[in-house]
Amino acid sequence: MTMSVAHHFDDVEQQKHAATLGMWVFLASEVLFFGGLLAGYAVYRALYPEGFAAGSRHLDLWLGTLNTAVLLTSSLTVALSVEAIYSGNRRRAGYLLAFTIVLGIAFLTVKGFEYAHKYHEHLVPGAHFQFVDHAEGDAPPQGVELFFSCYFALTGLHAVHMVIGIGLFGVLVFELLREKGNAPSPLRIEVAGLYWHFVDVVWVFLFPLLYLIHVAE
Amino acid sequence: MTTDHRTRRNYLNANYSIWSWLFTTDHKRVGILYLLSVTFFFFIGGAAAVLFRLELMTPRGDLTLPETYNKLFTLHGIVMIFFFLVPSIPAVLGNFFLPMMIGARDVAFPRLNLASWYIFITGGLFTIWAIVTGGVDTGWTFYTPYSSTYGNTNVIAAALGVFIAGFSSILTGLNFIVTTHTMRAPGMRWFRLPLFVWAHYATGLIMVLGTPVLAVTLLLLILERALGIGIFDPALGGDPILFQHLFWFYSHPAVYIMVLPAMGVVSEIITCFARNRIFGYRFIAFSSLAIAILGFLVWGHHMFVSGQSMYAGFVFSFLSMLVAVPSAIKVFNWTATLYKGTVTWSTPMLYALGFIGLFTMGGLTGLFLATLAVDVHVHDTYFVVAHFHYIMVGGAVMGYLGGVHFWWPKMTGKLYPENWARFSAILIFFGFNLTFFPQFVLGYLGMPRRYHAYPEQFQVLNVMSSAGASILGVAYLLPLGYLIWSLRYGRRAGRNPWRATGLEWTTPSPPPTENFPDGTPIAGDAYQYSSVDDWDLVLPAPEEHPEEAAV
Repeated sequence: MTMSVAHHFDDVEQQKHAATLGMWVFLASEVLFFGGLLAGYAVYRALYPEGFAAGSRHLDLWLGTLNTAVLLTSSLTVALSVEAIYSGNRRRAGYLLAFTIVLGIAFLTVKGFEYAHKYHEHLVPGAHFQFVDHAEGDAPPQGVELFFSCYFALTGLHAVHMVIGIGLFGVLVFELLREKGNAPSPLRIEVAGLYWHFVDVVWVFLFPLLYLIHVAE
Repeated sequence: MTTDHRTRRNYLNANYSIWSWLFTTDHKRVGILYLLSVTFFFFIGGAAAVLFRLELMTPRGDLTLPETYNKLFTLHGIVMIFFFLVPSIPAVLGNFFLPMMIGARDVAFPRLNLASWYIFITGGLFTIWAIVTGGVDTGWTFYTPYSSTYGNTNVIAAALGVFIAGFSSILTGLNFIVTTHTMRAPGMRWFRLPLFVWAHYATGLIMVLGTPVLAVTLLLLILERALGIGIFDPALGGDPILFQHLFWFYSHPAVYIMVLPAMGVVSEIITCFARNRIFGYRFIAFSSLAIAILGFLVWGHHMFVSGQSMYAGFVFSFLSMLVAVPSAIKVFNWTATLYKGTVTWSTPMLYALGFIGLFTMGGLTGLFLATLAVDVHVHDTYFVVAHFHYIMVGGAVMGYLGGVHFWWPKMTGKLYPENWARFSAILIFFGFNLTFFPQFVLGYLGMPRRYHAYPEQFQVLNVMSSAGASILGVAYLLPLGYLIWSLRYGRRAGRNPWRATGLEWTTPSPPPTENFPDGTPIAGDAYQYSSVDDWDLVLPAPEEHPEEAAV
C-alpha cells in the first residue's frame, strides 16, 4: 500500500511519525480534559460517599454492562480494520469500520434510553430534580444531585467524543467503499482508530466510577 | 539576472487574492493573520484600560458607574489574557519562525494551524458579542458562585468565547511539539535548536496539558448557568473553591504560556546584539522545561486566603519559590552573555534589556506574594496588580514587541525607522514604570483592586499611574504607525540585517513560500557569534543579493 506524502514532509516515515505523535499529544490533552472533571468527581465522592453510592444504585447496571461490551467490541473491529487496510484489503477495512459505526450508534442509543429513563425519574439535575430512594427512606443523602451532575457531564462529554469519532469513521467508510477514487491513507484510519480506542478507554474508567461504586458495599 | 526585487516571489506576493489568505496553509501567512488579529484585540483591551485609568484619576466614581467599571476591567482582563497575551508570541512569531528556525518547510499540521486561527476568531467573536450585548462583570477569573448563580451579565457568551479560543491554543501547542520532534532539518540536533524553539516547546507542553482543564472548567460553569447541572453550587453541596482550583490549574501555568515565549525571544536578541555566544545554553534550555513543569505545581498560591488548608498553603508557598530558581538562571545567563559582549543599543536590544529589568522586578515581587504571611497582607490589592503587570506587560509585551522589531525585516523585507523605534521603546519603558510602580505602593498601603472609587489619600499615586498609562498608550500607538509606514517607505532589509545566526536569516526577506528555495538547509551549532565581529558590518544597510533576484 503506497501513501502520498504531503508537500512539507520529506518522506512517508516522517509523515507517519508526525501524524501518530500528533494524535498521541492530542490524546494527552484529552486526558487532562476528562481529568479536570474526574478531579471534581473525586472530590465530591470523597465528601459524599453515601450520596454517590445512592445515586449509583439508580443507574442501570445491565445497560451499562451491555454498553461496555458493545464499546469494547467496536475497538476490536477498528483494530481489525487497520489490520485489513495495511494488508491491502480495502473493502474489508470499509465493512469493519461500518460495523464500528453501527456499534457506536448502538451505544449511543442505549445511552439515550438511559437518559430518557433518568429524565422520567426526575434524576436530571436542575429545578425538576427529585430523588426518592425507597431503600434509604425518604431523606435523600447529601450529594446525590452532584452525583447526577457528574454522571451527565462525564457521560455527555464522552458521548460527544463518540459522535466525533463516528463522523470521522463515516468519512473514511465513504472513501473506502466508493467505487471510484483513491483509498484513504492507512495512516488516517490508524490515527482515527487511536482516537476511538481512547474514547473506549475513557468509558472503561467511567463505567466502574459511575455504575459499580455501590456494588462493593 | 536583474536587481528588480519587486518581481521576486515571496510568501506575501505569491497570490494577492483574499481567498489565498483565508485558505492559506502557509505557516507564515497564518502568523500574519494572527498578527493582525492580536493587534486588534490588544487595542480593544487597551481602550478599556484607558477608560478605567481615567475613572481612577479621582477618588470618587464620577466617570463610570460601578457596574460599568466592573465590566471594563473584566473586558480588559479577558481580552488581554486570552486574546492577546496567550496567542501573541507563540501564534505570531512562533508560527512564523519556529519552522524556519529548525529548517522545515512548514509546521507538521498546516491545515490544523489554519483551523486554529478560525477557532481563535470564532472565540473572539463570541467574546466581542458578549461585550457589545451588555458586557461581563465577573472579572477574567469567572469565580463561582458569583459567575454561576448570582451574576446577571453575559457570562455564558464570554466563557464560551474563552472556551473556544482555548482549542486554538491547544492546536498551536500540539503543532509546536510535533513540529519540533519530527520536522528538524539534517544536523538540527536538540542541543542545536535555538532557545526560542526550546521555549516554544515548553510552552506547547503547557498549552496542551493546561488548557483542557480550563476548557472543561468553563464548560461546567456554562452547563451550571444554562442547564442547572450544579457542579459548583453550594446549595447542592458543591464547592466553589473547586472552581478556583481547576481555574488556577490552567491559569497559573498560563502565565508561563505568556512569558516563556518572551524569554525565548529575549535569548535570541541578547546573544545577537551582544555579539556573544549565549552563556549557559543548556541551562537556559532546561530552565524552560523546568518552568513548564514547576508551573503546574504552584496554582494554590492564588488561594492562600480562599480557605484551602494551611498545609496546602505551606506546600504551594514552597513550590512557588522554587519557580524563581529556573527564572533566575535565565536572568543570570542573559547577564553573563552581555558581559564582555559588544553591545549595540538597537531597538530589539532595548526591549530585551527592558524585559530583563522588568521581569526581574515582577519575579522578585512574586516572591513576596509566594510568602504566606505577606500575601495575606497584600492579597487582592494593587500590589498584586502591579506584580503581574510587571510580568505580563513588562515581560511578555516587551518580549513580543522586541521580537516583532527583531524579525520585522524578515517578515516584511523592510527596515523600520530606527530612531523612532528606539524612542518608542524608551517611552514604553518609562510609561510602564510610571503606570505600575505606584501601584506597588498603593497595594502595600492597602488599596484593594477592582474598585472604582478609593479614599482620597490614594489620589496622588493614582494620578501618577494614570499619567503613566497615557504615556504608555501613546507609546504603543507609535510602533503601529511607523511599522505600517515602513511597509511602504522603509528601506529594504536584505536577508540578514542584524548579521544574526539562525536558519531563518539564511533565506531572502520576505521568505518565499517554501522557506528555503535552495533546498533543506544543514544546521550547525547555534549562536556562532563572535565579539570580534566588526559591528560596523552589522548596522542595517540595504544589502544587495543578486541571487535573490527574479527567478
